[in-house]
Amino acid sequence: MKFVTVAGPPSSGKTSVILKVIEHLRERGLNAGVVKFDCLSSSDATTYRAHGVNAKVGLAGSLCPDHFFITNVDAAVQWGQRQNFDVLISESAGLCNRCSPHIKDVLAVCVIDNLSGIGTPEKIGPMLRFADVIVLTKGDIVSQAEREVFIAGIRKVNRLARIISVNGITGQGSFTLAKALAESSSVESLIGNYLRFSLPSALCSYCIGQTRIDPAFQAGNLRRMRFE
Amino acid sequence: MDAQLGEVDLAEHLLVHQSAAVLVEQYPYLANYFEAIRLEVPTGLSVAQLLAEHPEEYFADYGLTKAGFATTLVNFVVKMAEQGPDELAAITELTVLGGRDKSGNSEVAELCVRAGEVTCIVGPTGAGKSRLLEDIEALAQGDTPTQRRVLINRAAPSEEQRFDLGHRLVAQLTQNMNFVIDLPVAEFIALHAASREVPDPEGLATAVIECANTLAGEPLAADTPVTQLSGGQSRALMIADTALVSASPIVLVDEIENAGIDRRKALDVLVGADKIVLMSTHDPILALLGDRRIVIENGGIRAVLETTEAERTNLGFLTQLDAQLSALREAVRRGDRLEGQVVAQVRAGLETDL
Repeated sequence: MKFVTVAGPPSSGKTSVILKVIEHLRERGLNAGVVKFDCLSSSDATTYRAHGVNAKVGLAGSLCPDHFFITNVDAAVQWGQRQNFDVLISESAGLCNRCSPHIKDVLAVCVIDNLSGIGTPEKIGPMLRFADVIVLTKGDIVSQAEREVFIAGIRKVNRLARIISVNGITGQGSFTLAKALAESSSVESLIGNYLRFSLPSALCSYCIGQTRIDPAFQAGNLRRMRFE
Repeated sequence: MDAQLGEVDLAEHLLVHQSAAVLVEQYPYLANYFEAIRLEVPTGLSVAQLLAEHPEEYFADYGLTKAGFATTLVNFVVKMAEQGPDELAAITELTVLGGRDKSGNSEVAELCVRAGEVTCIVGPTGAGKSRLLEDIEALAQGDTPTQRRVLINRAAPSEEQRFDLGHRLVAQLTQNMNFVIDLPVAEFIALHAASREVPDPEGLATAVIECANTLAGEPLAADTPVTQLSGGQSRALMIADTALVSASPIVLVDEIENAGIDRRKALDVLVGADKIVLMSTHDPILALLGDRRIVIENGGIRAVLETTEAERTNLGFLTQLDAQLSALREAVRRGDRLEGQVVAQVRAGLETDL
């Protein structure tokens, strides 16, 4: 089974892009499923099912979504194989710019949109930096000059990734992305594999439910700002 | 890159034995790499020494580790050496070898578009214009639903070229021209020029504004914020910018409205920059300004009409007709009534022409 991680900031167009890609995969005779890693409950599963896509949603709740993702990702791959998928797409929102769900030797896709502003490529960290394919959405809404400046910004942090412009409404560009997915390598298990970059770390009193603001109640892995 | 060096030797060569400044001189694209994490590149220090001067935490703030930064730098140099020179500028001809329409019938066998030519695309909404564009951007090789094949300079592109060139092949000038960024015109164009790494971005921006002002009905100033430009002004600016700054060899123009812009000059600017111009239009004058028209129907190219001499002869008359209509439009804008003298003049003009 092919396995692909798709990550990107909220509302960048991940779900629309994935749905368009699945249409092309179906044309190739490939059965694709989705596992969506989310933080709080969303309507994405309904959206996928409305398009006849077998989708499973996992909610991180109060945990760091990336830690939740990596803990469950191999089980998702096993589930995908039991469902006889040819392709399993993992969708996860980069809820903080430090998110980095990409795995070594697994095709890594980052979705970002042209409307997010030209400073965005620099602000998004490992999710963009370590992607193999960068999908640009909402390009039809901005000027050609801005699209080119945006791409130059991406090239500053990731010179080697393939860049594909996809229109989530018309599907333009999704053929090329589907081709990249269909030609990616297969996996049976992720056990023993590694993340491309360490996840954001946290191990402090607030991780286990502390809500009080008071240094006396702050313990563990802390980082304090310095103010003059 | 020195071909004799093995991977380990190369890493040592790049990271330890060379000063970072010399490295940036040798591989100019590395400048961005340091700049992206705001690392000043001092002369006389190797990359290894430079990294040693900063705590690991500095790199963590950019979502990196020291080791990761160094490894990526070496990979970067290796991959860039493999990539070879940029082929975008060398593209002067694009050929579409016909596939099948939505009913499975063969379409026109071959369509060829060249730098410095204008090809119009006509056909009803939903006929397959976007599909054609998508085939071009994907550099289709018989593997898209239309089964078309696209050649660059008469040769089939490699798989690497398909992925590398695809997103940069076509510059699109769409009708809804929004700017998300809010900068003065000159700064905005200079930012675009700087992203292309041209030697004098400000100078190029001045040239773009001058060019735009030969197209726009109402001149635009260097210090006007882009978000305050009129429709005609932003159209003129983006046409000049695409011609002079964009690297894409193909420009897709989505209709040029007959308002606030000199359409013939606009096409001349793009053609003069040796662009392959594709224009989606149903305007008779624009259609005749083109070298040919592609007729799209039912998802396929039904015909390619080269513009004939007889059609070109009619262009003069059509232009006059257009001028008459513009005079009436101007009258409406002034608040005049469409009767009496104003209409009589137009009618007299028409009768002479007919």
